[in-house]
Amino acid sequence: MKLRRSMLFVPGANTAMVCNAFIYKPDTVMFDLEDSVALAEKDSARMMVFHALNHFAYKEVETAVRVNPLDSPYGLLDLEAVIRAGVDIVRLPKTDTVDDVLDMQNVIEKIEKNIKTPKKTKLLAAIESAQGVVNAVEIARCSSRLMGIALGAEDYVRDIRTQRTKEGNELTAARAQILLAARAAKIQAFDSVFADVRDKEGFIAEAKKIKALGFDGKSLVNPNQISILHDIYAPTKKEIDWAFEVIEAAEHAKKNGLGVVSIDGRMVDAPIIARAEFTIDLARKSGLVGDDDE
Amino acid sequence: MKIINSAHAGTLESSDAYIQINPLEDGKIEVEIHSSVEELYGEMIEELILDTLKKMNIKGLHVKVQDKGALDFVLKARLQAAVLRACESEPNWEELI
Repeated sequence: MKLRRSMLFVPGANTAMVCNAFIYKPDTVMFDLEDSVALAEKDSARMMVFHALNHFAYKEVETAVRVNPLDSPYGLLDLEAVIRAGVDIVRLPKTDTVDDVLDMQNVIEKIEKNIKTPKKTKLLAAIESAQGVVNAVEIARCSSRLMGIALGAEDYVRDIRTQRTKEGNELTAARAQILLAARAAKIQAFDSVFADVRDKEGFIAEAKKIKALGFDGKSLVNPNQISILHDIYAPTKKEIDWAFEVIEAAEHAKKNGLGVVSIDGRMVDAPIIARAEFTIDLARKSGLVGDDDE
Repeated sequence: MKIINSAHAGTLESSDAYIQINPLEDGKIEVEIHSSVEELYGEMIEELILDTLKKMNIKGLHVKVQDKGALDFVLKARLQAAVLRACESEPNWEELI
């Protein structure tokens, strides 16, 4: 599964950000045509993102675009542009029901057919309401194009009639539901943005929390947050050493026909081996170990 | 497509360009460029503007470019957005790449 710790939001109307976002090396650059773009600039932002997606700098990084809803005057025009430009992922705004996903999928399929592209654009559903959270399990399972579901916290807290706090207790139910829905459907789960870019400590605390919960990554609004997040997600040397020890012990057991082995008195069974493999994979993708390290 | 109105697109912020379009009679094309890098890149910018207009089959306009260090794709995006606004048209993506 592709590593997607950091999904950097880039407002489609902010030319400097559109030109430079790839330099910061987020796992995914996520251009925005929805909330960050004024109504009078929807057309020019769409044009800018269309050309950015076609630029060679954005062929080396995974790209996503948050489009406008299909029931707005802009949603269909956004899809016509970004699918033609070869975007990797379309982020659906405000996904409340399975139909929201399927409607978007149908339009994308038609455009892909019209332009005869072999590419199958992936979908990321943003869940931003109580209804969306309640339907998260069905939503997560409804399309083979869905690579993940993401919490959109700002709209969600407004919908449940509360506000965001540093502690984040107001998001507990939504985070748990979204994470479980994603894992049950074997897709990825992403946490919402941390909007106060001046509060580094608050960002670190939230990032550690969502990593511990099991989220694959987080939407970001500032490039400065990328390296902090990647460091938090990187396994420690101790974890990497332990993972290699587990794999070695498991291979030894297999070779010698042993059913089970133990390390430091702790049994090494299938879930432990799976966790060790995940840690090594993450370490490789984080550039902490090479392919030859064994 | 035909230029119907005056229109503009873009900003005067760094890395961007502000492009103003006005209709002209007799199918003429005039390009006016203001850029801090005009001496070095003025000809390339003009070439890009004319080439983009040709692909869109657009004539009869005055194009004023105020460049603030925009990359090629930014200039193209701003010009195309301004032209479509001036023509009151929706994009034909095949001719805009």
